[in-house]
Amino acid sequence: MTESRLTCRECVEFLMEYLDDTLAGQVRVTFERHLSACPNCVRYLESYKTTTTICKKAFEVRDGESVPPVPEELIQAILAARLKAE
Amino acid sequence: MLDEQALLQGLRDRRPEAFETLVRAYTPRLLAVARRMLGSDEDARDVVQDAFFNAFRAIDRFQGQAKLSTWLHRIVVNAALMKLRTRRRKPEESLEPLLPAFRENGHHADKFSAWDEAADDRAEREETRQVVRDAILTLPDTYREVLVLRDIEEMSTDETAHTLGITPNAVKIRLHRARLALRTLLDPHLRREPR
Repeated sequence: MTESRLTCRECVEFLMEYLDDTLAGQVRVTFERHLSACPNCVRYLESYKTTTTICKKAFEVRDGESVPPVPEELIQAILAARLKAE
Repeated sequence: MLDEQALLQGLRDRRPEAFETLVRAYTPRLLAVARRMLGSDEDARDVVQDAFFNAFRAIDRFQGQAKLSTWLHRIVVNAALMKLRTRRRKPEESLEPLLPAFRENGHHADKFSAWDEAADDRAEREETRQVVRDAILTLPDTYREVLVLRDIEEMSTDETAHTLGITPNAVKIRLHRARLALRTLLDPHLRREPR
């Protein structure tokens, strides 16, 4: 890495710190300079950013969402295990 | 609507009907959480059973600062992580093929398409949610557990490091690589098609 230029590889390495706002001043400047000249890295950064937010939405079990029925034997096994736990 | 305070008192008084109410009310949701982390119905059932066992034993230590549902959720997540670790018998597949490739001069080897601007909104659709969950399930366990704790459970880096017994720096490295790999897996589904 040089002070004035970053490669795409270096940009990818710094991506998380950049988005967390923890990238040190000078590196941040060179990072942003690279972005301003590299639309491919901009597209990559945007899709990385979406990746970080989409996971939570995908895993949420929403209120009112239908979840598969629970087998009664599982309920009974859990209740039986309570006696052992005490 | 469940009265959590009354339920909690019933649990502390060791009333069998309180335990049954708890189990019937929360098992469906907890089972869904475990299934999403593990990708296996059988493992998910084991995990929920273990989680309730641990919860029953710890009920007197539950301070009531968090909601009962939140507390149970966390116990299930921890039990699912334990399960991920114990089933890790075979060597994990390498993440390398899912990481971005670079030319010798350090430039990207691939040209990327922008993702659909509505990709975030599309995450509201069950079809997209399933694609994302399936992609997360294909990540090697050591990467998936970090991604689940940081990006889904929203634990801090330090908390994640403590939970997994690794250094905060290892958490950062694994999280970043997990996201890079996940981005690659989602790209065919979310990129904007040329018009």
